[in-house]
Amino acid sequence: MNKKSIKRAFCMFLIMSLCCLAGCGARQEAEAVSDIKEDDLIVVGFSQVGSESYWRNVNSESMRSVFTKENGYKLIFEDAQQKQTNQIKAIRSFIQQEVDYIVVAPVTEAGWDTVLQEARDEGIPVIIVDRMVDASSDLFECWVGSDFELEGRKMCEWLRWFCVKNNILAEDIYIADVQGTIGASAQIGRTKGLEAAAEKYGWNIVAQADGEFTRAKGYEVTQQLLKRNPKINVVYCENDDEAFGAIKAIEDAGKRVGSNIKGGEIMVVSFDGVKPEALQDVLDNSISCIVECNPFHGPRVEAIIRKLQNGETPQKYEYVDEDMFSAHEEIESVVVDSKQYPVTRITQEVIDRRIMEFDSGDYGDQAENVY
Amino acid sequence: MKIWNKIKTWPLLLPVVAMILVLAVNIIHDAAVGENPLSFFMISLRDTTTNGTILYGRIIDIINRGSEVAILAIGMTLVVSASAGTDISVGSVMSLCASFMCMNLAGYGVSSTTTLAKPLFVGLLAAVLMGAICGAFNGTLVAHLSIQPMVATLILYSAARAIGLLLCNDLIVYVRNPSFAFIGAFTGPIPTPIIITIVCILIVSLVLKKTAMGMYIQSVGINARASRIAGLNSKLLKFLAYTLCGVFAAIAGIVASSRITSADSNNIGLYLEMDAILSVALGGNSLGGGKFNLAGSIIGAYTIQAITTTLYALGVSSIQAPVYKAIIVIIIVVIEAPPFKAFIRKHSASRAAAKEVKA
Repeated sequence: MNKKSIKRAFCMFLIMSLCCLAGCGARQEAEAVSDIKEDDLIVVGFSQVGSESYWRNVNSESMRSVFTKENGYKLIFEDAQQKQTNQIKAIRSFIQQEVDYIVVAPVTEAGWDTVLQEARDEGIPVIIVDRMVDASSDLFECWVGSDFELEGRKMCEWLRWFCVKNNILAEDIYIADVQGTIGASAQIGRTKGLEAAAEKYGWNIVAQADGEFTRAKGYEVTQQLLKRNPKINVVYCENDDEAFGAIKAIEDAGKRVGSNIKGGEIMVVSFDGVKPEALQDVLDNSISCIVECNPFHGPRVEAIIRKLQNGETPQKYEYVDEDMFSAHEEIESVVVDSKQYPVTRITQEVIDRRIMEFDSGDYGDQAENVY
Repeated sequence: MKIWNKIKTWPLLLPVVAMILVLAVNIIHDAAVGENPLSFFMISLRDTTTNGTILYGRIIDIINRGSEVAILAIGMTLVVSASAGTDISVGSVMSLCASFMCMNLAGYGVSSTTTLAKPLFVGLLAAVLMGAICGAFNGTLVAHLSIQPMVATLILYSAARAIGLLLCNDLIVYVRNPSFAFIGAFTGPIPTPIIITIVCILIVSLVLKKTAMGMYIQSVGINARASRIAGLNSKLLKFLAYTLCGVFAAIAGIVASSRITSADSNNIGLYLEMDAILSVALGGNSLGGGKFNLAGSIIGAYTIQAITTTLYALGVSSIQAPVYKAIIVIIIVVIEAPPFKAFIRKHSASRAAAKEVKA
């Protein structure tokens, strides 16, 4: 009997310790909540999606590095661990703490009306970053994020000019589209950009499949698409992780990755450009071109808050500037909707500089051109 | 006629038929588009720049990519048999073990490394140990506290991934070391995951065949009380089944993580618990516990992978793919359902009777 109860106590202990472990992730960011409203600091509450990817971590770091005491801010950072309910709770606690501004990177698009209305009733401006919310546009002050369709169109313009400069006929282009998780706004925009361009220029999209934004699926999908369509000479990956998988799959199929389409190489293009490894691949010419998905929202949001402090009205929708990276010299810029976008030629220095910026979370030159 | 009767009573008949059905779709498709109808089954050697000469072909892809589910299916079969319940935590435990291993190999807080901080076998051992601990935790809850298996494993289902993220300091840890990448790559021309799977299957089937372990687990699953009265330690057996399941989840995690040379906590093993449970069901095993057929589960696991590969090969658009997968699974499950089997048996019996009357 005694032995049994000891066993039971041990089990209970195991359960409790596991629960504690799982819970402490949620609590770690709630530090320093009690002593707000000190001096004249502007208090900003930021509800982040979570830390599901490297992109997200850089994004959080960008916010943290801008909203510092030296810059006159106090940042309350709440990690929602990818749950909307946590975000709604966080926003309500921001309202109770009477913060000056609320910044939200929403997990999902729907279900924001009530809590945004509450913030509005208290007169706290809300700034949405990254993903959109599906709510009346007067419930939030403005939105900052990426134009995913523009990213896709920029990529296709690059591909088009690459073909023109290397005398590759449009009908000889066979594209496999390794899509992102179906329904994600990045997937929808980037796929749309490709489909429109393929129609316009007469490229063949021979296959589209869901790579779920991961390396493992990117590998599996590319492997099968290559077996089915030996003609494929361009693999359009909708993020860098898929590109890593695709490169490996192409090599395992006994083919070569590169830009020399005429010489039988398969070209890989992708999006994001946040991981240093991806830029390294650009330098090695295994990824021919990357359109950046800019995670540095911090400076933009800070500029908006400065405008609001001065009584100005910021633009309702602000797109962050996004770079393009390639190791090819021949295309210096692309034009979409009569706007010119320069292409950064990747060198080891460019990579080193970006790694430094990522570590500090400070994207120097961007903060300058915000206005 | 004798052989026919033997085949009819062969327990693996339906899983094998299901597998053949899926493969037949490929033959028909290839023939319809004017290719060599057997191109699906072609295996060739191909030179690559990165891995030397390797085996190349869709069958190889299926066996290779199906490794994780097949390994999980071994543990899941034992759990289902012993406890009449499923372990839904295996996918998350895979991810936790992979994270723990990569944390050990890279050092805490390091997000990318090419040199190992600890010898490879320490990392592998750590992963297997973590799997065993998770399995033992599940086993304790189910066997000693008599908590419903699904509820007990729900704890780690939701917590393990988060713990993995904590261990990796919220980062995706990359271990770009050839000795580690080897596990997910090739041994000579053969993909290493295939070899690992074969070894796992061999060890388990030898243990089940050569010892009374298999029979013990089945008898506990059929009637835990009766087997306890007969002298079996049913709690210990259930506990063992769950611990083994955790260990196999760890092995699957090692393979999955080595394939991408990183511990991607959010994505490793995502939804694989469902595939593992499905492969047990497709293998003709009752999810109500008791008698089990390990070979059936493994065939089931490869059938699931064959469906996925076939859908890619047929070029089904990714938006529609889950619908087709569901349709195929429904057909297979219906074919294997007892009432359907009984209906077929009755039908053929009455036909045989009609024949006799005529004669």
